[in-house]
Amino acid sequence: MFNGDYPRRGLAIALIASVTGFSGMATVEAQTPPAAMTRIGIGYLKQAVIKPLPLSRLDNPLEDDGLAGARLALEDNNTSGKFLKQEFVLKEVLVPADGDAAAAVKSLVAEGFMMIVLDAPAATVLQVSDAVKDTDAVLFNVGAPDTDLREEKCRANVLHTLPSRDMLADGLAQYFIWKKWTKWFLVYGALPDDVLNADAIRRAAKRFGAKIVTEKEYKEAGGARRTDSGHEQIQAQMPVFTQDASEHDVLVVADENEVFGPYVPYRNWSPRPVAGTSGLTPSSWHPAHEQWGATQYQNRFYKLAKRGVRAIDYHAWLAVRSIGEAATRVKSADAKALRQYLKGSDFSLAAFKGQKLTYRPWNGQLRHTIVVGDRHIPVSWSPQPGFLHQVTPLDTLGVDQPESKCRF
Amino acid sequence: MIKQSLFSFALASLIASVTPASAYKVFVSNEKDNTVTVIDSDKLEVVETIKVGGRPRGIAMSKDGKHVYLCASENDAVQVIDAATYKVLYELPSGPDPELFVLHPSGNPLYVANEDDNLVTVVDVINKKVLAEVPVGVEPEGMGISPDGKIMVNTSETTNMAHFIDTATNEIIDNVLVDSRPRFAEFTQDGKYVYISAEIGGNVSVIDTKTRQIIKKIEFEVPGVAKEALQPVGVRVSKDGKKAYVALGPANRVAVVNGETFKVEKYLLVGQRVWQLAFTPDEKYIFSTNGVSNDVSVIDVKEDKVVKSIKTGKLPWGVTVAP
Repeated sequence: MFNGDYPRRGLAIALIASVTGFSGMATVEAQTPPAAMTRIGIGYLKQAVIKPLPLSRLDNPLEDDGLAGARLALEDNNTSGKFLKQEFVLKEVLVPADGDAAAAVKSLVAEGFMMIVLDAPAATVLQVSDAVKDTDAVLFNVGAPDTDLREEKCRANVLHTLPSRDMLADGLAQYFIWKKWTKWFLVYGALPDDVLNADAIRRAAKRFGAKIVTEKEYKEAGGARRTDSGHEQIQAQMPVFTQDASEHDVLVVADENEVFGPYVPYRNWSPRPVAGTSGLTPSSWHPAHEQWGATQYQNRFYKLAKRGVRAIDYHAWLAVRSIGEAATRVKSADAKALRQYLKGSDFSLAAFKGQKLTYRPWNGQLRHTIVVGDRHIPVSWSPQPGFLHQVTPLDTLGVDQPESKCRF
Repeated sequence: MIKQSLFSFALASLIASVTPASAYKVFVSNEKDNTVTVIDSDKLEVVETIKVGGRPRGIAMSKDGKHVYLCASENDAVQVIDAATYKVLYELPSGPDPELFVLHPSGNPLYVANEDDNLVTVVDVINKKVLAEVPVGVEPEGMGISPDGKIMVNTSETTNMAHFIDTATNEIIDNVLVDSRPRFAEFTQDGKYVYISAEIGGNVSVIDTKTRQIIKKIEFEVPGVAKEALQPVGVRVSKDGKKAYVALGPANRVAVVNGETFKVEKYLLVGQRVWQLAFTPDEKYIFSTNGVSNDVSVIDVKEDKVVKSIKTGKLPWGVTVAP
């Protein structure tokens, strides 16, 4: 995995908390814009999730994961805003895993920060959505890929800038079909996220006519990452664990929290490619992506954050840029007007994907192209050629309108 | 031997009198293999391939036709190539990652879009000096200049605006909001209008340069081609303003637009992912660069027909024709 779309909020947030010494909530104070400028207040809430560190230190969570994307979008919005006398202000709020995110967002809204970016687990997204449902506030989900947030549990005040698990699975599956890899061996972890991820893979197999020939659960739920002489054990374990599968074209791993997934490639019993959360991975973004003007975006981001763009940064950038784009077009800071425009049919965003991105009107999900890549470089972009749709090929990824259970 | 060459000479002059077009040199920048392909507009053949700097994109002729200016994006410089000897002579300072530029009608200065820095850099091509930097929107790209040289228009791809800049003061005098990812700005020769293509928005805005109002948005539709593939990039308008050609990117078409009614009259099938366009000075042909198919299409302007495609280097990007 290359810091793809699955959540990756580990201990780093707890670290930030201890460094900045906050006990309940830490905020970065927003500056007051000069007079005569219209102010558009954006709140950014990031909630810590306590999880073990990922297996590879390359995937360790960073303090500014997501935040850096929002900060860049803020700069972009303000560069554009100066021509229209609009000033965008970002207020960052960090909440611990057991903190009250709903109360934090309520006070942001009370202060006039009506556009809220949420990097938090699905349960928090729902709590926050309920807490501000009687206001014109718009919530942007940038951290929870759960499909049910866009389906049975969808909310009228939430837009999702990251793809759902289903969209990611479909993007990967289309590439398999293009490669004629139709026999899959599915290996999934024991955590709830992995169960959902495996469901998305099964759904994609059915949807695109592939067959899951063998399934196997990896029952351990994770432990210490750093152990001496660990690799000998792993080298012995992984081939045995992946033995006894029917003949397959590809092994698909569903392990969102890096309990065992990164150990599978090159160690699996059959010499078959590995994909899913390890090996060839689907994502909305790739840190090496340079097509469609992405080079300039990566360069701008590097200047600001001194690192490459991760998927979470891209999702946060999309959220803040959506707000900027809406404010530019409606020439207003009024939350109601912004919300109406964001949810309307005229909204679209240029986001380095070679085509405009729009929100699905029936569930608030931003349409995406899905990059399929290894750690190093993008391999392909889905939808793949030949996957057609009467509205847009992008709607071949994820739950489509006729099958959607979302009712606002 | 002598007889034969005399005969060839006679034959050549006979052909020349049948087709009176003079041969122009067409320069094509190839983004991927760091070369410029030179094509003879009479023979419609490649006559030379020049090795240039990294990621060559924007390309334009000096007013006297002696030099080719080339954005070598990875060199963070504008390279100056001798149009006769094909040697890279020297580099002009350009600011980082130059992509597109436009030359003042007098031949100096050069206005360069610096995508990474939200700047337009004004470069004196004679003294090889940066004269000014103009802060513009996010990801500046398209560059156009009025025929009298007084107004320069830059488009910014993420801000989605056409910035009108007074060339006397190098200050922005107006900003016109257009659709997503504006890529290119082209003035009509009478200076009345400027065409702005919006790649992701999928249309071309025609702006009245006096009132700076959008008077028309040209939309495109090709049966059997997905709407999101219709991505206008390069635009060229004939000297009399009657015809505009719009390159439609991954739709592999060049649209022919009536410059009076702004209606699309024809779609010409060209190579894959068509980016930029350039007329020959006599407007007999217009050339299109087709990035994915590694060729240029030659369009006969009178007939609006594609008459030939010519192989270039890898990922041809920009094109300019010597006077």
